Amino acid sequence: MYDLVKFVPLLPLLGFLFLGLLGNKIKNEKIIGSIGCGTVGIAFVLLFSMFWNFIQAPPESAVIVPIYNWITIDDFNIQIAYQVDQLSLLFGMIITGVGFLIHVYSIGYMHGDRSFFRFFSYLNLFIFMMLNLVLANNFLVTFLGWEGVGLCSYLLIGFWYDKKFQGTRLTWTGDAANKAFITNRVGDYGFLIGMFLVFITFGTLEYTSVNQAASNAYMSYYGSGIMTAITIMFFLGCTGKSAQLPLAIWLPDAMAGPTSVSALIHAATMVTSGIFLIARNSVLFALAPDTMTVVLVVGIITAFTAASVGLVQNDLKKVLAYSTVSQLGFMFAALGAGAFTAGVFHVMTHAFFKGLLFLAAGAIIHGMHDEQNIKKMGGLKSYMPKTYFTFLIATFAISGIPFFSGFFSKDEILWSVYANNGILPWAILAISALFTAFYMFRLLYLVFFGKERFNCEHGKPHEAPATMTIPLIILAFLSAFGGFLGIPDVLGSWASESPNLIHNYLSPIFADANRVLHSHAGHSSHSSILELGLMLVSVLLAVFGIYKAKQYYSDPAWTSPRKLVRNYNGIYRMLLSKYKLDEFYFAVVVDTLLNFSKNFLWKIFDVKGIDGVVNGTAKGTLAFADVARKIQSGIVQNYALLMTAGIVAILCIYIFI
Amino acid sequence: MPQTFGFPILTWITFLPILGMIILALIPAGKDELSRDASKKYFRWLTVGISFVQLVLALVIFGNFDYNLAGINDPNGFQFVEKFTWIKANLPMVGSINIEYYLGIDGISAPMVLLTTIVCFVASFTSFSVKKSVKGYMAMYLLLNTAMMGCFVALDFFLFYVFWELMLIPMYFLIGIWGGPRKEYAAIKFFIYTFVGSVFMLLVMVGLYFTYQIPDPSNPGMMMHTFNLVAMLDPANIVPGSIFASIGSDIRLIAFAALFIGFAIKVPIVPFHTWLPDAHVEAPTAISVILAGVLLKMGTYGMLRIAFPIFPEALGYFQCWISTLGMISIIYGALCALGQHKVGKRDLKKMIAYSSVSHMGYVMIGIASMRPEGITGGIFQMFNHGTITAMLFMIVGVIYDRAHTRGLDDFGGLANKMPIYTGLMTIAFFAAIGLPGMSGFISETMVFLGSFQTYPLNTMLSGLGIILGAAYMLWALQKVFFGKLPEKWQGPWDPTGKLYKGDDVNAIELTALVPLAVVIIVLGICPSLVLDLMTNSVNHFVEFMKPFVMIGGINC
Repeated sequence: MYDLVKFVPLLPLLGFLFLGLLGNKIKNEKIIGSIGCGTVGIAFVLLFSMFWNFIQAPPESAVIVPIYNWITIDDFNIQIAYQVDQLSLLFGMIITGVGFLIHVYSIGYMHGDRSFFRFFSYLNLFIFMMLNLVLANNFLVTFLGWEGVGLCSYLLIGFWYDKKFQGTRLTWTGDAANKAFITNRVGDYGFLIGMFLVFITFGTLEYTSVNQAASNAYMSYYGSGIMTAITIMFFLGCTGKSAQLPLAIWLPDAMAGPTSVSALIHAATMVTSGIFLIARNSVLFALAPDTMTVVLVVGIITAFTAASVGLVQNDLKKVLAYSTVSQLGFMFAALGAGAFTAGVFHVMTHAFFKGLLFLAAGAIIHGMHDEQNIKKMGGLKSYMPKTYFTFLIATFAISGIPFFSGFFSKDEILWSVYANNGILPWAILAISALFTAFYMFRLLYLVFFGKERFNCEHGKPHEAPATMTIPLIILAFLSAFGGFLGIPDVLGSWASESPNLIHNYLSPIFADANRVLHSHAGHSSHSSILELGLMLVSVLLAVFGIYKAKQYYSDPAWTSPRKLVRNYNGIYRMLLSKYKLDEFYFAVVVDTLLNFSKNFLWKIFDVKGIDGVVNGTAKGTLAFADVARKIQSGIVQNYALLMTAGIVAILCIYIFI
Repeated sequence: MPQTFGFPILTWITFLPILGMIILALIPAGKDELSRDASKKYFRWLTVGISFVQLVLALVIFGNFDYNLAGINDPNGFQFVEKFTWIKANLPMVGSINIEYYLGIDGISAPMVLLTTIVCFVASFTSFSVKKSVKGYMAMYLLLNTAMMGCFVALDFFLFYVFWELMLIPMYFLIGIWGGPRKEYAAIKFFIYTFVGSVFMLLVMVGLYFTYQIPDPSNPGMMMHTFNLVAMLDPANIVPGSIFASIGSDIRLIAFAALFIGFAIKVPIVPFHTWLPDAHVEAPTAISVILAGVLLKMGTYGMLRIAFPIFPEALGYFQCWISTLGMISIIYGALCALGQHKVGKRDLKKMIAYSSVSHMGYVMIGIASMRPEGITGGIFQMFNHGTITAMLFMIVGVIYDRAHTRGLDDFGGLANKMPIYTGLMTIAFFAAIGLPGMSGFISETMVFLGSFQTYPLNTMLSGLGIILGAAYMLWALQKVFFGKLPEKWQGPWDPTGKLYKGDDVNAIELTALVPLAVVIIVLGICPSLVLDLMTNSVNHFVEFMKPFVMIGGINC
């Protein structure tokens, strides 16, 4: 049964090869689209059937399905092998499930594009790489996927390579793609070093063996320098791929790509790779309490910073991008607090509602003829009712309105952070959640309500075709009800012993990590009244944010926000310019490096220094030869003189020494 | 018994181009325009044909290679051996001179033989763009081919040295006659640099000759001095009291350093690298391809075959420095390549030349680690750098032939005009960056994995090269292919339609580029095809070196 996992990545790979090599000849969008969607759809069905089998009769341990020996030198052997367990199945289903819907959506979204086939071949390649990342049974295959999705992200951000793009020091979409790839490389460096450290520590790169070895000897590894080094290096990798500070700068510019790419890669799947990596190696992280603190702090700061920037942006996709960065920060905060399940749960709900938000945004941009500025929208509710309705559900979900999916996952994160790390981290996250509710409803009001601020020179806004709206509706359903998979005990204890299905499902994966965590931290218990109280507070904060957004933006003159901007202009400018982080990096890192390389290393050290010595030697030889040449004057008297001098000299030496 | 083959295949694969040269000489260059064009065609296809036969022979070798034999210091472990006395003379004072014609390969040279034939084959297509005195060019090209192949199969130091020097002559002319505007400067610089290295090598070679002696097969009971590289690895053959006799002596350290510098110039390792950017910029495309694809590997090959095993204790003494030099080359080369991005007239070829310095640094840290993974990775990196950089230079050649400029700033948006070309270029660039799924990734990872165990600090610093590499490569890719096509290239490349019919790459160029792309991707998926060739030899090599060098542990 589980051998079927071989075909899961194979199908999208075949799709990529077929479309990439022959798509140009096929030209028929229907055929190309069905192949592109079909491979991913079948992969989902395969994964789902495996999942079904799995929950019926969970195997004792992860099922490893080897494919072939990739790199073999003597006793060093790296296999291409897939690991079927709770975590890889869950991520695999999110990737192929949400991925399938986004593929279907793209048929409508990319209709008429001259590179339609190229788009679908890249998307299939992406799914292939992403599946390698999560299904891998060792670090190197994950790294293959890790870099592979980076490549796809690069190719898809710069998909419209001759299109201009506005950004700090970016002119073309390709520049944004470069920024994404190069920034990610910094993270990849961390991944690589972490991997080497794992290899010299454990002598293997296989997840099961590494985690087994680590948890067996956890007493000696706990808090050791090597564990901290390994996990910090991997976390550096995570900050790249999952756009956390200090490497978060690439994600907002990644919006240069087509919107379905933003939904698939830069919201639902690829950017959650970092969470996957930590979840996969939860034991290693649990053994490094210092790293856990770093993960928590970075997550919280990123969540807050990105949410605050999101408050003032005017580009529809930029707001969603910052929102993604912020939500990823929530996930890392959960992992840092040791609540691995909560983090993974939020990955799932986030894939639903953020995927939906981006797809709906795509429908809006499509309907508005490529307008992305929300100040130039308004009143779209009547033009695109289906989009509006789905967008609304996703907005409820992300804002944490009770019983929508985001409510459950976000609240579990907030509660775990409070329970493990106290009130301050909780408060910062709660304020970020308030910001989230505010900026999302600001979007909603500016886009769908109020007066129409667009001109109809390209024609009136229109609702998207069915290929686009059907995925929206399915995702809306999931965003609305997906959260019931993770009902917290405090709310569901009346119905069942353990109502949190996702918790039950994932508990074997995190059992070792939790054992390590609990053995080293005093297990404090909190009352369920407190949990309910905090839940109420965060709901009230969200409602307050919504209320403020409504109050500010239902007013067509935007009186209050305008007044705020005037009164707090400094803060506003800082937020609008994203804390000047891009400028900082360009000035401090990029320019310094380029100027040093060019003006010192190359022009002076290389050309003047080393080459100067080389050419100088040549010149010196010539100059010497020039002098020496003069001795050969051709005048016989000179030769006779020299000869006499020579004889005298030799005689002197002979006699006196 | 040495593993011979029914047919002197190594002699054939080495000297076939000389045969080609003779045939070439017999074809008249033609008197009028029409017959000249016709004979140019013959010259070109003759070269392609010869290179193709070589490639077939290399594949025969590949197919008959015995994976269980190790070679290195075991004369019976070499394969396809051909051995007989070449020069034997009794001279007064010096004694008898014994030089053998001794060819054979093991796991270290086999991948290089394969690489040489692949690169020479594809570069023979690239040579089609040479228009000036095609006959002379092709003759030199074939001579160069023989010399390179000879270096990789020779097991006698003197023979090796002859091939090594023979390489200089055609290279000098190929750059000096068919090169760009500053060709004379570049050619002389190349010649002198390499020649300085050769002088060092010659001195050490003579010293080694008098240090080793083996039983004379023609005079039972008598001993004779020898240039036999395999015999030099057996301490039992040392003549007591000779110049390099005492292990660990200063003179041996100096000899190692001299030999090392001789090879390091060829690699090139910083600070002996400044001939490379000039040579690459001025050389015609096909010669850049050969230079980067094969010639540079001779340096690292020479270290593995000669310098390291003959002076193992000296390697142990300098090992950390060699690794550090490798690290410096990686960073320095990458930064210089990056520096090209801010220059007014940014030259794509110069950038790739500096990237070669960086990529050969990976080979250095790999082989300096003395770990099986590191050395295997290093040799595999030699192979992969050969194919990848060859592809990069060809790609630059394609636009240079059309636009007559290589300036990054002269281009933009070529993707619309040349989609297939852009696809191939993207493959080559990402391969150079070391993207998983392509061959470069495997070798880089193995190099790092090996090196990390011996010199973790150097490896961590070297790792920064992957970030810098992505930066300079992708900025160049973006500048040339994406964005907007400049006004002046809007029309067809060649309005007369005589040279270039379409806008995209033509069939000849595709024939050269596609095989390389296939090799790069196939070896990324199934690296074992090449790795298995060397596993045994490398293990044997590490066993042999183990008593003298650092393996693993934290230092440096």
